[in-house]
Amino acid sequence: VQADGTDGNCVTFVLHDEDHTLGNSLRYMVMKNPDVEFCGYCITHPSESKINFRIQTRGGLPAVEPFRKGLNDLMGVCQHVLNTFEVRLLPEELSGL
Amino acid sequence: PLAAAMAAKRGTDEMRDRVVLGEFGVRNVHTTDFPGNYPGYEDAWDRRRFEEAFRVDIIREEEGALEFDMVGIDAAIANAFRRILLAEVPTMAVEKVFVYNNTSIVQDEILAHRLGLIPIRADPRLFEYRNQGDEEGTEIDTLQFQLKIKCSRNPQAAKESSDPNELYFNHKVYSKHMTWVPLGNQTDLFPDADFRPVHDDILIALLRPGQEIDVLMHCVKGIGKDHAKFSPVATASYRLLPDITLLQPIEDEAAEMLQKCFSPGVIEIQNIKGKKVARVANARLDTFSREVFRHEGLKNLVRLARVRNHYIFSVESTGILPPDVLVSEAIKILMGKCQRFLNELDSVPME
Repeated sequence: VQADGTDGNCVTFVLHDEDHTLGNSLRYMVMKNPDVEFCGYCITHPSESKINFRIQTRGGLPAVEPFRKGLNDLMGVCQHVLNTFEVRLLPEELSGL
Repeated sequence: PLAAAMAAKRGTDEMRDRVVLGEFGVRNVHTTDFPGNYPGYEDAWDRRRFEEAFRVDIIREEEGALEFDMVGIDAAIANAFRRILLAEVPTMAVEKVFVYNNTSIVQDEILAHRLGLIPIRADPRLFEYRNQGDEEGTEIDTLQFQLKIKCSRNPQAAKESSDPNELYFNHKVYSKHMTWVPLGNQTDLFPDADFRPVHDDILIALLRPGQEIDVLMHCVKGIGKDHAKFSPVATASYRLLPDITLLQPIEDEAAEMLQKCFSPGVIEIQNIKGKKVARVANARLDTFSREVFRHEGLKNLVRLARVRNHYIFSVESTGILPPDVLVSEAIKILMGKCQRFLNELDSVPME
């Protein structure tokens, strides 16, 4: 992870060894944050596996915060999906779907 | 004014929840429900609202295939699961083939390629990844298999027969001829394990008398991104739930024509007061061939759409791991990715 930007409100993170799998889902979670003015990601070159992930916030919020919140939210979503999925698997086996 | 406001709300609702298939293109493809886009809608991320609206339904679970519905998540996350199922869930597959003797017609490299593609029944969670540059392989990251087979002539075959099954022994090399050779203390680590290819009847090569194959294979753990042989699914795909609305009542001949335009079972014809009236019975079965748009009389009476956040997943496994385990592993891998970046954020000080 590298970050560079102008004044802490707009930061471009370079995430290595990542592609659309994490990029698009993380972009969705960060966009859902009302403090974020702009969020986008791009793959600089298809031969290199890294993405540029840019966040701009409104107000004086440092851009690292929505990034961290987005990651935490995505973890929460995955955890909930996993729990729901595993719960749905159990009764099916018992009742023979 | 109230009717106009209601119509406007219906229009924005449609834009938010449905992907509409028009005659010449698809509209409302992108997710637009981000905070600030729609006045009056609460779009910021609310975990509780998500958890209330989200549900998973298992539709069909067979031996190697699983069909389930995920309702209430966005395309970005559903696609992330699909991509991980295809390319990032690890499995074990043959990587290095040490050829001691190969006098068959099949070239060494072709034989090695075919051996690599055979799915191996070994739980990849019991093994580690091999370290970079490690040529030998240790017990914790390698499985060794041996394939040693020689074709010979059958002395008891009838003089006139031309059936190779009668004339020769061992002329077809199947995957069942691969035997596991335990390395080091693997017999102690895996006392009950029986590592072998998933299917016994995969034809690897054909031989004739005098030809033999003697190879030793190393299986390692890898992911589909590296080579497609490591992909644990035959395929994993999803589609969105179809939503067919009849904008006006359709009767008689038009109803019959409408039924033919869709997949069987989607439209059913009911007899109401002597007239045949069409009704959408089960939109889920439709494959959306858009045949309706070819009929001038029908194309404006039907609205074809898809529900934006209802995903019908279909996962078929190659047999290494059952499909429900594969989905759980894929979700855990996405969590692992997020955790990796959270750890980096916490450890590297940001200027």
